[in-house]
Amino acid sequence: MSQTTMDPRLLRAPPKRKLRLSWADERVRGLVWQVLVIGVVGAVFYWLWSNTVHNLEVRRIATGFGFLNREAGLPIGESLIEYSPTDTYLRALLVGLLNTLKIALVGIVLATVLGTLVGIARLSRNWLLSKIAGVYVEVIRDLPLLLQLLFWYAIMQSLPGPRQSLNPVEGVFLSNRGLKLPWLEWQDAHTYAVLAFVAGAVGTWAWARRATQLRLQDGKPRPVWPVALGLLLALPLAVWLAFGAPWTVDWPALRGFNFRGGLTMTPEYFALLAGLVLYTAGFIAEIVRAGILAVPHGQWEAAQALGLRPGAVLKRIVLPQALRVIIPPMTSQYLNITKNSSLAVAIGYQDIVSIANTTLNQTGQAIEGIAIIMLVYLTISLSISFFMNWYNSRIALVER
Amino acid sequence: MQPSGLFSTRALAAAAAVAGTLLAGGLAAPARAQAPAQAPAGAVNIFDAVRSRGTLVCGVNTGVAGFAQPDSQGVWRGLDVDYCRAIAAAMFGDPNKVRYVPTTAQNRFTALQSGEVDLLARNTTWTLSRDTQLGFDFAGVNFYDGQGFMVKNSTGAKAGKDLEGATICVQPGTTTEQNLAEWARSNRIRFTPVVIERQEELVQAYASGRCDAYTTDISGLASTRSTQPNSEEHVILPDVISKEPLGPLVRQGDARFADVVRWTHFLLLSAEEFGITQANVQQMINDPRPEVQRMLGRGGDMGKMLGLDNAWGVNVIRAVGNYGEIFNRHLTPIGIKRGPNELWTKGGLQYSPPFR
Repeated sequence: MSQTTMDPRLLRAPPKRKLRLSWADERVRGLVWQVLVIGVVGAVFYWLWSNTVHNLEVRRIATGFGFLNREAGLPIGESLIEYSPTDTYLRALLVGLLNTLKIALVGIVLATVLGTLVGIARLSRNWLLSKIAGVYVEVIRDLPLLLQLLFWYAIMQSLPGPRQSLNPVEGVFLSNRGLKLPWLEWQDAHTYAVLAFVAGAVGTWAWARRATQLRLQDGKPRPVWPVALGLLLALPLAVWLAFGAPWTVDWPALRGFNFRGGLTMTPEYFALLAGLVLYTAGFIAEIVRAGILAVPHGQWEAAQALGLRPGAVLKRIVLPQALRVIIPPMTSQYLNITKNSSLAVAIGYQDIVSIANTTLNQTGQAIEGIAIIMLVYLTISLSISFFMNWYNSRIALVER
Repeated sequence: MQPSGLFSTRALAAAAAVAGTLLAGGLAAPARAQAPAQAPAGAVNIFDAVRSRGTLVCGVNTGVAGFAQPDSQGVWRGLDVDYCRAIAAAMFGDPNKVRYVPTTAQNRFTALQSGEVDLLARNTTWTLSRDTQLGFDFAGVNFYDGQGFMVKNSTGAKAGKDLEGATICVQPGTTTEQNLAEWARSNRIRFTPVVIERQEELVQAYASGRCDAYTTDISGLASTRSTQPNSEEHVILPDVISKEPLGPLVRQGDARFADVVRWTHFLLLSAEEFGITQANVQQMINDPRPEVQRMLGRGGDMGKMLGLDNAWGVNVIRAVGNYGEIFNRHLTPIGIKRGPNELWTKGGLQYSPPFR
């Protein structure tokens, strides 16, 4: 038989095996087991659900989400949107959700910055710097987070009262009611200026990519900073001037019991933020340190042999490779910040857990309340981890 | 996986899913048919459960002087605690057969709804939504109260309207929170709330100056003031901004248990009305007045009608005394006057139906 012709038997389709309806056929067995398992799981879930509904009925506890349209009557201390106690429970829960996001997003950013700095500091050749960073990480990781939050809140409470508040600079007041800063009276022109800034940031990023592309083509470096200056500074300024340049400052002033006007950072928010950021930064520092140590030492030596300064080595060679090791555990830390923010209920910061707890208490509908809390945290956590996984896949090493 | 001849993988999976759903429906059908027939609505049987357990599980406050607070030896003392002891004495003859479960304002209702406690004696206000939506029955009012404010003398506030712009400490999940918002709105007073779950930390925030004022029931204000190291520095403002009838509550569905709780409360009131005290209850059994005889079990089978021993009246009074004695034991020392909690014969609101 010549090597170039195939045996015609190999070209035919494999014979179809008929399904014998007997236990000996492994496909029939597999089918039966799968049907049974699915049936049992489905039955268990159905029983759980019907048992719950029956018990709620017997105990005459109300069910359903109709309570979301009822007047809440809850006073909320700080909220990002307009809220008054005559609004519905739905709006109160929305305020709680925004408060949680406010803490989670700011906490993630600050913890990453601080954690990266501490992690790099621990690897520094300066003995004092690395020892201080080491002590910080070891101590902060050992203390329970709730204790740290209560500690920070106690420090906030030990500040002087509003009538004796610290006044370092004109318009800035620090007291046990929080930090008061002067703020702009917000008008439309400011909104447009901010939008122009965002547009400018997008434009700068697009130009930076184009500049890199062109540089890779013909080797000529193109400066990014003039474009950045123009788009990020001049453009918003021009927009603001075009709208008449409104500039009235809202100064905080002590009136009666409290300060009125200006921007407030409440002690609850500050204590929660400080506790969360310092605690998680300790963990992030270790992750960053692990990532940097995971880069083979040969990369450092090769980069230095090429004449790069240590700063440039870190920025261009080591950190991009370290990121691949850092990103997955970092996702867990970000999720931790989000979930740990629910400890806010212990120090009086009204986040989604605190408000949902009060709601389920006032309406008696515990199952719906807990379901709302779970849904909120699940959504936030899945979004964070989805984004991080996408970012991780983008920077993954492309193997040849 | 070997490509099977007759069915592709996808077809197999689809067949399994369909069969599984049918099977689940089939298995669940008996459960569904059984659920309504299993127990008629209202067959929640707390009375027998408590009887067979031999202990009453009582939900109380985590620590409010005068109502429910553990003393330095860890023994619970207070008005609500004495009510738990009274009901245990009525059911078992022994006031010590009680287990106290401290509950916060946020978890008290889920504790009662889920059955973790049989009875909630936790200075809880009787409201319509709690009576209906939450599935509870209130068994009497053991303290008529109202909501007020406490401020430090140094703030200079003399009445509620002086609190414009103030920061007010309040506990979440209470009628206090909602009353405060409504009062502020109708009096056009702006305020900033500080909402902390645990009572101890809330009082700490008020004492440290984080809040200008603290609001809760006036009895709670009085008991908090009595536990502060420098109580003269605090003043309770004269405003009473709401009605707060406080009383014990049980789960809906067991009228027999609710009757026991309710009529124990009425027994304490009637005992004070007829002059029966902890000291003289033994002699009072021989009192000629027929109602006293019925209360103390010498005739009329009042106990048996409630499902209890006929000596329940004697057991209760011997254990805790009458309402006036309970009040004087716990609330008078912290400066709370009888006020509306006086008997109806003396112009107050406490009135018991007759024991007949």
